[in-house]
This record gives sequence, C-alpha cells and structure tokens, in this order.
Amino acid sequence: MSPLLEVSDLQIAFGGVKAVNGLSFSADAGEIVSVIGPNGAGKTSAFNCITGFYKPVSGHVKVDGKDITGKRPAVIAATGVTRTFQNLRLFPDLTVLDNVRGGMHLYGGQNALDALFHTPRYRKSEEYFTAEAHRWLDFVGYKGGRGIPVRNLAYGQQRQVEMARAMARKAKLVLLDEPGAGLNHSEKRELLELCRKIRDLGAAVVLIEHDMSVVMEVSERVVVMNFGKEIADGTPAEVKKNPAVIEAYLGKEDEPERGADAQKEEGES
Amino acid sequence: MSENVDSSTAPRLIGKPASVVSRLFESKQLGWAGFAIAVIFPFLVANNYAMNIATTAVIFILLASGLNIVVGYCGLLDLGYIAFMAVGAYTAGIVSKAWELPILFTIPAVLLMTVLAGLIIGAPTLRLRSDYLAIVTLGFGEIIRLTANNLTITGGPSGIYGIPGVELFGLDLSSPVMFYFFCVVVVSLLVLGSARLGKSRLGRAWRFVREDEDAAEAMGIHTYKVKLAAYIFGAMWGGIGGMLFAAHLSAISPQSFVFLQSALVLMAVVLGGMGNTRGVVVGAVVISLLPEFLRDMGNLRYVIFGVVLIAVMVLRPQGFWPTRAYEPEKAGPDRDGHDQDDGGSGPGAHGRKRSRREHRKVTSSGQERGENA
Repeated sequence: MSPLLEVSDLQIAFGGVKAVNGLSFSADAGEIVSVIGPNGAGKTSAFNCITGFYKPVSGHVKVDGKDITGKRPAVIAATGVTRTFQNLRLFPDLTVLDNVRGGMHLYGGQNALDALFHTPRYRKSEEYFTAEAHRWLDFVGYKGGRGIPVRNLAYGQQRQVEMARAMARKAKLVLLDEPGAGLNHSEKRELLELCRKIRDLGAAVVLIEHDMSVVMEVSERVVVMNFGKEIADGTPAEVKKNPAVIEAYLGKEDEPERGADAQKEEGES
Repeated sequence: MSENVDSSTAPRLIGKPASVVSRLFESKQLGWAGFAIAVIFPFLVANNYAMNIATTAVIFILLASGLNIVVGYCGLLDLGYIAFMAVGAYTAGIVSKAWELPILFTIPAVLLMTVLAGLIIGAPTLRLRSDYLAIVTLGFGEIIRLTANNLTITGGPSGIYGIPGVELFGLDLSSPVMFYFFCVVVVSLLVLGSARLGKSRLGRAWRFVREDEDAAEAMGIHTYKVKLAAYIFGAMWGGIGGMLFAAHLSAISPQSFVFLQSALVLMAVVLGGMGNTRGVVVGAVVISLLPEFLRDMGNLRYVIFGVVLIAVMVLRPQGFWPTRAYEPEKAGPDRDGHDQDDGGSGPGAHGRKRSRREHRKVTSSGQERGENA
C-alpha cells in the first residue's frame, strides 16, 4: 500500500533562496510524523507547498496516490487534507460555532435556493452543522463559550477552536503547523492527547513542532529538515543519535575555523 | 429535547447582561414591524410627493441590501454598484419598449443581463484584492454609464422614456400608491432573501472569505467561486432594483447612474452596519430620506447631510446597527450524549466556569449552553 502522504523531491525557491530543496518524506494513515528542524529550515514552506498555498517549482505531492502538486488549496483540501496555521488564522469576528462550521463547508447538503426558501433540506443541514460543530468542540476538549466571537477568547482556547475547525474537515491527512506554540505545559499535555486521538481516528498527523519533549513523546516517526531538505528520517530514538541531526542543532563538535578566529581575537586583545 | 423548546426564553431568566434594547433589536418580529410600518405609511401620508419619496426609499433599500451581500457579507469593496442597477433598468426599458411587453415580463432578461454583467466584471477582477478591486469596480461603473450615454439602443444622453408601469394579472399597479405597495412587497421578499442567504452555508462562506481568505481556502472553500457568487447575487438584487426604478420613473437616462449614486448606496451599507440586514435597511432609509427632511434648509441641506454622515462615522464607525457575532448556544441532537462521554468535569461545573469567564470577556453575551444542559 502506498503511503497516505508522499512528498518527493519537493522544491520551491523565493528569488534565489531555495526554501525547500528536494524534500522527500511520507506519512501513513494512523501515524504521527513530526517535522523538525532549525528556524528557516523550510518546514512551513513545505507545508504551504503540500497544501497548495505555494506552487512548488518541482517535485510531487501525492495524497492517497493522487497527485495534487500545484493544485489550488481548496481543491487540495477537498481531497482530504486539512491544516492549522503557525499563526492562528481563525475568523476573528465570527462565533466559535461558525468558525468550526467553516471546516464543514464541503459537507454541504444545501444550496443557495434551499437557503432562500428555507427548505427542509436547509433546516436539516443547519442542524447537522451545529451538532457537528458542538461534537468537534467537545472532541478537542474546548470548554469556553461557543456563541461568542473568537476574538474574545484566550489564546489557548483559540488554538483549540482552530483544531476543532481543522478536524471538522474530517480529513485523512492532518497537517499541524506548530500547534503547541504559545501553549503552557498543561495545554501542551492536552495537545499531545489530542494528537493521539486524531491518529486513532485513522488520520495521518504531520506535525511541525519545536518542543523536543513533545516531538519525542508523541511521534512515531521524525523527519528532520535543514536547508530545505530532510537530513534524517526515523524513530525518535534513531533521530536523536543521528550525527547529522546533532550537527544541525548544535553545530559540529570540532570547528577549526571558529577556533582559529577566536585565537586570533585573543591574540589581538 | 425539552430544553430545546424553551431555549429562547430560558437564558433570559438567568439575568445575564443582554439588555432589553439589544434583545429587542435581535427579535425576530422586528422584520414584520418594519414591513408593517412600510405598509401603514401610505395611510398616514397619502400625497403623490410622499409616495414618490417613499418608493425611491424602498428601491434604495433593495439596492443597499444587494450591495450588502457584496460589501457586508463578502467584504469586497464595490464602488460601481450602480452599474448593475443601470444594466437592470436599461434591460427592462429596452426589452419592454422593443417588444411592447409588460415590464414584469422583462424580469428574466433583467436577471440574465445582470448575471452576465456580474460575470463579466467579476470573473477577471475577483482575483484582485481589496483596493485594486475597488478601483476596477469604480471604472466599471463609469464604463457602463458612458456606454449607455453613447449607444443608440440606450437612447444616448436623453435615455429611454415611456417605460410602462407595473401591471400584474391585468391589475394596473402604476398609480403611485399601488406601485409603492408593489415595491414594498418585492423589496421585503428580496431583503428577506438576502438575510437568509447571509445565514446559510454560502453566507458563512462569504464571511469566511471576508475574515481570512487563506484560511477559508484551506477549509476547502473555493474562494473565487464564492466571491463570484456574491457578485452575482448582488448584481441580481441591483438589477431588480433597476427594473423597479425604470417602472417608477418611466424614464431613465445615464444621469441616474453616476458615481454619486454608487457612493450613496455604499454609504447606506456602511452607515447602517455592514453585514447586518436590519442595519443596512435603516441606513438606506436614513440616506434616502434625510435630504428630504432637510429640504426646508435649501442648499444648506447637503452641508448638514454631509456633517451628519461624518459625525456618525466618527462617533460610531461600525455603523448604527452592526452585526453582533453571537448566537444562542442551542444544543445539537447528540449534544448531551457527548457531555457524558467527556466525563471529567460535570456539565454544571463547566457551565459555571464558562459563565464567569464569559461575563468578564463579553458583557453582551447573555445566553449559556451550560445552564440548559
């Protein structure tokens, strides 16, 4: 069986900067894969390529064996991909429920005429939307007010609403771009639990995360990126020992050039 | 679900901040009240002049509610909205004169032409964002007016005259009062329609696009199609407005469709409260009637009109009656089952927690799901 998400030789450049430069990795259904790497390694750019916000220069993205490279984000979303954003991208002036309903747009069951004449189909689908919105808010463990605008919520709650919205898409592939950023310790715990719950629904979860303890604990597999390319791919334990990874994060153990410079400086002073 | 039945009344018993005024403003009967006022009006003031003004105001309401779909719901700034009205008016005028049709028979042609016009401007321009779109629509408005000014079929600068009044099932509705009633009914239906569209899946998609286009796109909303839909609905509303306008005045000319008209409709939407149908109706009434009330002032009235508008925008930038993002947290069918699934904190406990938090954050929110559960 081919993996659910297959990224091969993905490349994107901004001017002369190759943000993603030949990235390949894959994710299976029911698996949590973390993508880590230093700042500027191209993680978010890769996500944007996968979800269609950037058009890759070359390479392919396949979801469920279907090539979606360079398609419009809405089209890619319709193939069963959902995502959250690094900086929250909610609909701030709309209510919590409406925000979550946003994730269900593709599960329509009503058209404009139904809405104009308030047909039974319209009522049924509105009831469905509301019930589902509540269900997904429960799923992510959201406990705040639901009929109030999202902009009034605390940051952690907004994160939860964004998760609920992403989940309401009922996608096969869930891409989470730093879902833990700005959360406190207990909120992060809840997030880990949630990631597992999502995986248990049978989705593939791909996660960008900086917090190593989170990454090591939750992921089945870790892909380490640097300079737009994967430099390691394996279980958390394997990756931890990988010399290339250690180098990317901590620098080389022995750096003669820098050492020489330092000596020179010392000599001058 | 017993608690669903009384969910509209139950939250009011808990003494939350929802004030009497705001409750009144949210009430569903308000639309009927507005309709009733419009219907009673001719019985109070029944001279031709008043009927004329009132009919113009009612048509103006229609235009504002149409533009509200584009600007208020979808957040697309349209500075040439009057062009759709022009297309509707000219189509109705030309078709009814050329084939000697009753004006209502031109409705299919009007809708067809305005949808086409919507597609023609919308399709290439909706890829643009905010400011650029505004400039292009401004240009489009002028193009339509200049075209009408220069074509023979549109009668050039002198326009089209002798457009028949409305006739329905052999009933002549062209007397000022009857035509006013006709307009009130048509406009009420269309205003209701635009409000309903706003509360539908499509209406939500419009708001998502307005709030954050990228996030909407990531949720699988084809933002381009959704924006085009807003444009087309706006265009149809404007087109019908144009048809009523043509039937009302029986003569149309390019001077009726100048930029100032677009600006006034936009002003009605902004002044009333973007995205809120009720607010937009109020805005439209104010914009169309205020200059008439100030008629005694002579030329000074436009100065006062301007000052009032500026004052409102400074003191209340969100408009008279803005949309309030708020909805009663009615439980869905499988809601209770879920609360039990969650275990952990009981529904009561978490309801209390929530109300405290909410009380702090949104003073206007009065209804609580927790109390119902």
